[in-house]
Amino acid sequence: MKTIAELEAIRKRTLDEISMRTDEESVRIVIGMATCGIAAGARTVMTAFLDEIQKRNIHNVHVSATGCIGVCRLEPIVDVIDKDGNKTTYVHMTPEKAAKVVVEHIANGKICVEYTLPENK
Amino acid sequence: MQFFRSHILVCGGTGCTSSDSAKIIEELDKLLVDKKLDKEIKVVQTGCFGLCEQGPIMVVYPEGTMYCKVKVTDVAEFVEEHLIKGRIVTRLLEKSSDVKDGEYAIEKSSFFKKQLRIALRNCGVINPELIDEYIAFDGYKALIKALTEMKPDEIIETIKKSGLRGRGGGGYPTGSKWEFAAKQDNDQKYVCCNADEGDPGAFMDRSVLEGDPHSIIEAMIIAGYAIGANYGFVYVRAEYPIAVKRLQIAIEQAREYGLLGDNILGTGVKFDLEIRLGAGAFVCGEETALMTSIEGKRGEPRVRPPYPAEKGLWQKPTILNNVETLANIPMILLKGPEWFASMGTEKSKGTKVFAIGGKINNTGLVEIPMGTTLREVIYDIGGGIPGGKKFKAAQTGGPSGGCIPASHIDTPIDYESLIELGSMMGSGGLIVMDEDTCMVDIAKFFLEFTVDESCGKCTPCRLGTRRMMEILDKITKGRGKMSDLDELETLARDIKAASLCALGQTAPNPILSTLRYFRDEYEAHIRDHRCPAGSCKSLLSYEVTEDKCIRCGLCAKNCPVNAITGSKKDEIPFVVDQDICIKCGVCYQKCPVDAITK
Repeated sequence: MKTIAELEAIRKRTLDEISMRTDEESVRIVIGMATCGIAAGARTVMTAFLDEIQKRNIHNVHVSATGCIGVCRLEPIVDVIDKDGNKTTYVHMTPEKAAKVVVEHIANGKICVEYTLPENK
Repeated sequence: MQFFRSHILVCGGTGCTSSDSAKIIEELDKLLVDKKLDKEIKVVQTGCFGLCEQGPIMVVYPEGTMYCKVKVTDVAEFVEEHLIKGRIVTRLLEKSSDVKDGEYAIEKSSFFKKQLRIALRNCGVINPELIDEYIAFDGYKALIKALTEMKPDEIIETIKKSGLRGRGGGGYPTGSKWEFAAKQDNDQKYVCCNADEGDPGAFMDRSVLEGDPHSIIEAMIIAGYAIGANYGFVYVRAEYPIAVKRLQIAIEQAREYGLLGDNILGTGVKFDLEIRLGAGAFVCGEETALMTSIEGKRGEPRVRPPYPAEKGLWQKPTILNNVETLANIPMILLKGPEWFASMGTEKSKGTKVFAIGGKINNTGLVEIPMGTTLREVIYDIGGGIPGGKKFKAAQTGGPSGGCIPASHIDTPIDYESLIELGSMMGSGGLIVMDEDTCMVDIAKFFLEFTVDESCGKCTPCRLGTRRMMEILDKITKGRGKMSDLDELETLARDIKAASLCALGQTAPNPILSTLRYFRDEYEAHIRDHRCPAGSCKSLLSYEVTEDKCIRCGLCAKNCPVNAITGSKKDEIPFVVDQDICIKCGVCYQKCPVDAITK
């Protein structure tokens, strides 16, 4: 038998798991997964994002794939779109950089400028 | 917690299951493992999304992309394109929705835009076989509130204030029913749920049970606490195997979590329930017959009063609520009666679920605020009538209801307005008819149903409906007399007045309402031996219009009984020999220049 407190805990835990099915605002991580992206290693970048999010137990983050944006030479490209719709584009991503973006940007709100377009540096 | 980047929701309702959604899930599971995506993408079987016409439906989150008419053979392409490359498979998107580029979310489709889903809130959102997912979306929160913060009479007061009325057809105020049962001084009371959905074309209750069974269990426990009952029955027809299975799983999970049993959540409240299967008799949806059937006897109605709230199951005070009524209860307790009463019309609050079928593009399940017009339901949500045909009438209330003709298409739908039009809300079946539908034939269809389903206990229903049936049969065969119409009306009035239960009392409604709005069609059948809609076979005669005929000979070539003669070569006009013609209509369909009339 469950107590009322246990039921509340189940509610919270499960909601984290399935919150993507509601309209709630979330941070979106969009990874370019067209042929160019996959060839440049986008798949390992995506896996790295998923692992890191899981490891750090971060909620309200959506990870999804998208097509080619046209700047194939900068792939793997990853867009991070925050709750207010502000977009940060990371280029030449690697699994290591992905892990760092999760910690710095997603968890702490600090953009990793060094991974963005060269002209920003 | 396992983090998934995407959830793929596949409809597991009866409609989509019958078009292989279970195999789609199997294939998805297999391919995800093959592509090593199974740790990051989750496949979830849900209840009905409502757009059954377009099934099997599959919705992909976080994007909310809705795919329609998915086949097992489409799965590989979907996995490769959408899941791996992030490209939407546009050929599988819903065709009718006016989506702009990049806006493929399910909420954007015209089918969902005007809907307001309260009773169906979790259908197509959660996995009905997992209690945790129900709990996540505030499931059993209303129960906790009821047991820890509210007294039984406060709950009843809340339901009364919300204005909720029975969704099974009658429209009796739910709060008053509960209050009446609560006042009875008795050591044993019962709560029953009526899931014996029998109207032809109606599947609202089935979808709620399949998509969100826990909402019914939660509401029944609340009802039990409110009226002082500690046991409940869900009476569901055996023809709903998926609903029965999911409800059974839900009951077991609720017991395991201590939501059913002797000491619910440690509050000392006791309640448990069981499922009783009906054998498919329509009359068992009538409350007294339903209870007689639960008691193990032959399902026949009895005279009321005493009403079940006073003397129901085994002569004990019993409340019986319809599935959809119960599905509203938790939300009313959580959001307050004012919230619920703010929706709908003056006397009909909240929303109503309709199963739309017949001559309509988006066959399926919709939930709309009371007061929505029939036009909005048929054209905005339902997507209009196939083939650009003209709307003729809508039938609500099944065999107990009536027709709403095209002239009343802008009537706001609520209990009162439908009664005024000679129809009724009923449980929510809504059958759309176009210009090719014969109204006499429709009345006959529903009457055939009641003749079959009359339990035989009382004479007016058993014999009266049969006599009406015979008259209608005569009329559709062109052998009717004008005096038959008066006789139909007399019989209808008598049957309404003298039948024992609602089955007989409402059985004449389809006839009375079609006589009211389409009397000219009855008269055309009788006087001119003509069926204006061209649907009654015995009254049809196929003829070739000579000056339209291009002498192609297709009609004669396709006629299965060689009833059409003429000659292409010698330019002899084609004619149909009425003595040989079997009225199959093949010539009518084959003629390339519409030269054949019926």
